[in-house]
Amino acid sequence: MRHRRIESIVDAVGGTPLVRLTCLADEAPGVAIYLKLEYANPGGSVKDRPALQMLKDAIADGRLTPDKTLIDATSGNTGVALSLYGAALGQRIALVMPPNVTKARKDIIAAFGTELIFSDPMEGSDGAIRHVRDLVAKDPDKYFYSDQYSNPSNPKAHYLGTGREILEQVGDRITHFVTGLGTSGTMMGTTRRLHEHDRPVRCIAIQPSEAMHGLEGLKHMASSLVPAIYDASVPDAHMTVETEDGWDMADRIAAEQGLHIGHSAGANIFGALEVAKEVSKNVGSGCVVTVACDRGDRYFAPMRWEARYEW
Amino acid sequence: MAVTVRIPTPLRTLTGGADEVQAEGKTVGEVIDDLEAKHAGIKDRLIDDKGVRRFVNIYANDEDIRFLDNLATELKDGDSVAIIPAIAGG
Repeated sequence: MRHRRIESIVDAVGGTPLVRLTCLADEAPGVAIYLKLEYANPGGSVKDRPALQMLKDAIADGRLTPDKTLIDATSGNTGVALSLYGAALGQRIALVMPPNVTKARKDIIAAFGTELIFSDPMEGSDGAIRHVRDLVAKDPDKYFYSDQYSNPSNPKAHYLGTGREILEQVGDRITHFVTGLGTSGTMMGTTRRLHEHDRPVRCIAIQPSEAMHGLEGLKHMASSLVPAIYDASVPDAHMTVETEDGWDMADRIAAEQGLHIGHSAGANIFGALEVAKEVSKNVGSGCVVTVACDRGDRYFAPMRWEARYEW
Repeated sequence: MAVTVRIPTPLRTLTGGADEVQAEGKTVGEVIDDLEAKHAGIKDRLIDDKGVRRFVNIYANDEDIRFLDNLATELKDGDSVAIIPAIAGG
């Protein structure tokens, strides 16, 4: 897959490696933990899948035409992906985000020719969503609102891609799948595919333990605008992870395994390890799969001169 | 020493929905103690025994207090303090 000669960068999405986390083996004897390296996508995150699927589906059925601008609210990774594949497919992109996104992230997105629009920083990502809705309501002919929180193409990308690939990579060995909820696209799509497998796979959703958290990309559903694509009954179980545990695990996996992952991936692995410990204790063997949503270098702290905040 | 504190959406359940509250204190740390007295539970969301929690950003007059004197950052009457949330979702 990754050795193929391709005609366009869009053909390089998916087919990501699944790597075993050997550094955690002693903590859950008999249970293998695998990490799907979504940062190996061209845009550097799991969001390449839904972004490309949303673009392709909307172009295919005429919702998105060359005279329209695709607009969405995004904290970054979806923005990078939409910008990258928008450029590759010749489609204009506009993104709304709170201004307290790092300068590096804004620069990456702007490099693809995307228009950046800023929303109220106090309102977080929900404020960005409301801002997009206002813009689209004012000028419906100008914009196609891809709306990753409501767009069925988002979970579909994981149903067709992530879930299928995991089964190809571990087959009947998989007993558990664990991942965090943001838009919930990864959880919904992958879980629906894994539940169709002829052997049972238990799927567990992770949320931050509190409303004010630092697991960028994840949502505390009770205090958020709940995404339309989210169905709380799809996962077999739910668990919460503390910000500090996710951050510490991300540091550990970089140091002990050479995988420099983001905070949400750290939370995913922390959750996967908790599940693996239970399985080890109660069953004795198993295989837990989780997802590395993106790379840790997306979250390097801003430089001193970038820290000044502009309202 | 009264300052204005801007409260992010996830913490407004603790302030009765208010997006801005008044608090007293000569330093950011004192302001947080005063906030806790008026809106119980808020302090734990912001600081732990090591200081400001790693993922919480507190700004004094638009400057990140990590680049000032952290919780000892001094405030004057009429200054503004902002608590900025993580950017969650998607």
